[in-house]
Amino acid sequence: MAGNNPNAKLMNLTLKVWRQKNMNTPGQLVTYPVKNISPDMSFLEMLDVVNEELLVKNEDPIAFDHDCREGICGMCSLFINGRAHGPERGTTTCQLHMRSFRDGDTITIEPWRAAAFPVYKDLIVDRAAFDRIQQAGGYVSVNTGGVPDANEIPIPKTIADKAFDAATCIGCGACVAACKNASAMLFVSAKVSQLAMLPQGKVERKTRVENMVAQMDIEGFGACSNTGACAAECPVGISLENIAFMNREYLTAKATSENVA
Amino acid sequence: MNWFTKTFSSTIGRKIVMSVTGLFLCSFLVVHLLGNLTLFRNDGGEAFNLYSHFMASNGVIRAMEIVLVLGFLFHIYDAIVLSRRNKGARPVNYAENHPEQNTTSWASRNMGLLGTVILVFLIVHLWNFFVPARFGSLDPVLIENVEYDNLYTSVVEAFKNPIYVLIYVLGMIALAYHLIHGFQSAFQSLGLTHKKYTPFIQIFGFAFSVLICLGFAIIPLYFFFTQQ
Amino acid sequence: MILDSKIPEGPLAEKWEKHKFNVKLVNPANKRKYDIIVVGTGLAGASAAATFGELGYNVKAFCYQDSPRRAHSIAAQGGINAAKNYQNDGDSVFRLFYDTIKGGDYRAREANVYRLAQVSVNIIDQCVAQGVPFAREYGGLLANRSFGGAQVSRTFYARGQTGQQLLLGAYSALNRQIAYGKVKMYPRTEMLDLVMVDGKARGIVTRNLITGKVESHSAHAVVLATGGYGNVFFLSTNAMGSNTTAAWRAHRRGALFANPCYTQIHPTCIPVSGSHQSKLTLMSESLRNDGRVWVPKTIELAKKLQTGELRASDIAEADRDYYLERKYPAFGNLVPRDVASRNAKLVCDEGRGVGASGLAVYLDFADAIKREGLNAISAKYGNLFDMYAKITDENPYESPMRIYPAVHYTMGGLWVDYNLMTNLPGLYATGECNFSDHGANRLGASALMQGLADGYFVIPYTIGDYLAQMPSDKVSTDHPAFKEAEQNVQAITNKLLSINGTRTVDDFHKALGQIMWDYCGMARNAEGLKFAKQEIRKLRAEFWRDVKVIGVNEELNMTLEKAHRVADFLELGELMVDDALNRNESCGGHFREESQTPENEALRDDENYAYVAAWEYAGEGNEPILHKEELKFENVKLTQRSYK
Repeated sequence: MAGNNPNAKLMNLTLKVWRQKNMNTPGQLVTYPVKNISPDMSFLEMLDVVNEELLVKNEDPIAFDHDCREGICGMCSLFINGRAHGPERGTTTCQLHMRSFRDGDTITIEPWRAAAFPVYKDLIVDRAAFDRIQQAGGYVSVNTGGVPDANEIPIPKTIADKAFDAATCIGCGACVAACKNASAMLFVSAKVSQLAMLPQGKVERKTRVENMVAQMDIEGFGACSNTGACAAECPVGISLENIAFMNREYLTAKATSENVA
Repeated sequence: MNWFTKTFSSTIGRKIVMSVTGLFLCSFLVVHLLGNLTLFRNDGGEAFNLYSHFMASNGVIRAMEIVLVLGFLFHIYDAIVLSRRNKGARPVNYAENHPEQNTTSWASRNMGLLGTVILVFLIVHLWNFFVPARFGSLDPVLIENVEYDNLYTSVVEAFKNPIYVLIYVLGMIALAYHLIHGFQSAFQSLGLTHKKYTPFIQIFGFAFSVLICLGFAIIPLYFFFTQQ
Repeated sequence: MILDSKIPEGPLAEKWEKHKFNVKLVNPANKRKYDIIVVGTGLAGASAAATFGELGYNVKAFCYQDSPRRAHSIAAQGGINAAKNYQNDGDSVFRLFYDTIKGGDYRAREANVYRLAQVSVNIIDQCVAQGVPFAREYGGLLANRSFGGAQVSRTFYARGQTGQQLLLGAYSALNRQIAYGKVKMYPRTEMLDLVMVDGKARGIVTRNLITGKVESHSAHAVVLATGGYGNVFFLSTNAMGSNTTAAWRAHRRGALFANPCYTQIHPTCIPVSGSHQSKLTLMSESLRNDGRVWVPKTIELAKKLQTGELRASDIAEADRDYYLERKYPAFGNLVPRDVASRNAKLVCDEGRGVGASGLAVYLDFADAIKREGLNAISAKYGNLFDMYAKITDENPYESPMRIYPAVHYTMGGLWVDYNLMTNLPGLYATGECNFSDHGANRLGASALMQGLADGYFVIPYTIGDYLAQMPSDKVSTDHPAFKEAEQNVQAITNKLLSINGTRTVDDFHKALGQIMWDYCGMARNAEGLKFAKQEIRKLRAEFWRDVKVIGVNEELNMTLEKAHRVADFLELGELMVDDALNRNESCGGHFREESQTPENEALRDDENYAYVAAWEYAGEGNEPILHKEELKFENVKLTQRSYK
């Protein structure tokens, strides 16, 4: 079947891929030459091709996380040529296409690196720390049923839109991967701000920020140096404003909450 | 740990300490620079020596001096604690890493390095002037028949040495970069951001950092080139 | 076997209320003695697991992804329907019910659909209370839009990311229960078998996808919320990992599979670009609100467009065929999905398709941009246009989008009664995993509605009815039934690992997908289906002879995971073909070429096929057994769908 661009030239590339058998074995970069890659392929489709070739040679395919392949589930990761999700801004790895590379390029592919994201295998890391942070308070405590009518509390459109901007976080971990301190501040602050901005979330705003920040620290993420790398590398454009918002929430909560423990 | 120590040993809490002490140290810089401007009075150091005597003997100033030392200590201590934590948060480094390319400033990524340079400068600076002034090995000078320590002469003498001049100028360049990121970053860490005011804070912070450090750096250069 | 749908007696509007009163309740103090397993954590699974936890049951929830937040519900773009009538435009529970029944081409149960429309209003309240940031008007109240050809504005949305926001809402509710210890979450864990003890579903056997460890989990009831089986086509808008394995293994243990041939082909997807293609990307249906669908009037012009000799803008207005507007003046570009898809296939089959492959039609925004301005269009569809540009390297603001239908949703699934219980006592199926509410075709913005309705507001009531009637004694995982299931899983794994053939799993999957697409896709006929059945059987035999799976079980082994899934797709594919062959009528997503009107519209045969086809597994190599559940329509009149 012909591609979008029938005249597109096929590319030959050199991949340097992090291979690591499991959590307890040290890994290393392994070089793979790759031939005849169409610029219309997505980055992950290129890896599919490499894996099919490895399989045929009885070699273990490269393990990488991926699922929806449309940039929304947050499952894909990959640190490509020194950038989280590769060279294009506002793009997840699954939406990155090979036309962003040139024939003859060498591409280095590494997993997210953070103490809180241990490597399971090759390019797959364990991001359960993110779930545990959400479990510490990333919710509004309402049971199913017994809630007021949806239109009972009007929310100014500007607030709703801002909350939405924060809520678009896909939880991929690129912010941690890109931060020189492997800090999770952008991820945590996105949920804290979303819920603190909305009337529904205001009830628990103090305990929420206290508990989520405490869990973030327990998980071993670094602190924020305000470099802005996280927001710049975030595939969905979560803003640094959320971090300031969370700092403010945290300080206010600590100063005024009833929690003395 | 009670809630208070817990708060200030959290990562955000430590950043808040960094910000508050940092901004406090900025205010110290202003006072210090204003005082230093007396060096340019062209009165043979009279105003400067009176000023330095006042700073060394006034009770309020002496009390503030303790606060200042604490400010430095907390700033440095939390910086060390956070840097160690941050290093530990990424035990295995990337083989290839340039995520900050064009998106973050060099200063923001190297605050620890800049801070260390500033600390070295600070030690040299204290050894040059503060220690002799406080612990009395300066020549006396008579101003209106009262004897004062002549700190002015030791300033003039020190800055005849090009090595000192170089150290001071480099120290101020490091400080400028440290402040360019640090000033506005402090407001971010304290959560003091707003669509309307943040742009002003950023511009002000930049101007503040450059002007203050320029002000300090001119002193050694001035004496080096005028008092040879 | 007699299929009892257990639909309550009484007038349609009162059935659910009456049923809620009649169900038995579990004493609050006793709820903690009951364990429930939920497989899948999308909208249907996460909402159910969270709600069970809130009620006091002990829940074990499983997903194959690394976090429950990644389930493919997250990719739903357009919105969620609810009969709130906030817009005062004439909507009502009955109208939503009616539209859904009609949209499903009269192949769904009235009672289920009516209940769905009733609880739809609660879903919106629930989600808003959780902090889901739906779109709002300047006055601060919720915004609605008309979606998927509906004549009223009843769709609630959160930009183009409604599924994401709803899922994150359910995920947050789930997290709360995990934190309380009421739900134990097992991510990166795949269900590979169902365990039946004394005729009741009492547990599952799973494989830990990191360590390969095969484990048994015992409970009093099992809920499957594992989504649809669209990936049987290899190329679909489903996530790469979406699979039928949990549902299929339950089917092999006796659960009936209903209407497997009902497949929704979504009309607006980005066309295939080459053999490397791993999945297809949906462009929200909302695009059809402003985009005009067309192809050139002649094959000659189409040829020139295919070779790149001409560009879309070179085609004069008079040479364009806006075929949907021409054929369906009342609905125009907003005809239901199945109609839009089939017409795209028709014009492409005539040779009038565009793009290098000739398998695409244009979706043109030039008029909309002229009418409303670039900024207005960008505000509405900016993120979709960007996504399109990223994938195709073409700018949809300047040249029309190329779109083509792609497999999107499967209306068929495990057969369930009104309580969402399968024919196996204690085994439930919710969301896309069951067959119940969409008939032969699902309307836009109804999938999210059904998933959350099932999980938040239906199964929490109906499961209590079942549990209240059984003792709370637990079955040990040492029970022979668990051991037998574990051995079964191990045996399949060992078999897959021992073949060491020459063809990769993906290769088989692609081959199966091609057969399904060619013969059991947008248009089906008896001859093709019979041929497909033979081809699938051959392919399946070859799979078990020649598939290449390397590595071992006791490690993260993605090839082995895929092999398990594709093995099941190879069986399901045949059942889909059987079902399509059996249903000698056209309805909704199932179009039999033998059954069409003179204008090539789908022609139902209500006399012979107004039933649910529920298939029973009869063992390897045996033909499945068909059970029929007659559909009775007491509140709507069956009419030929017409969108003229």
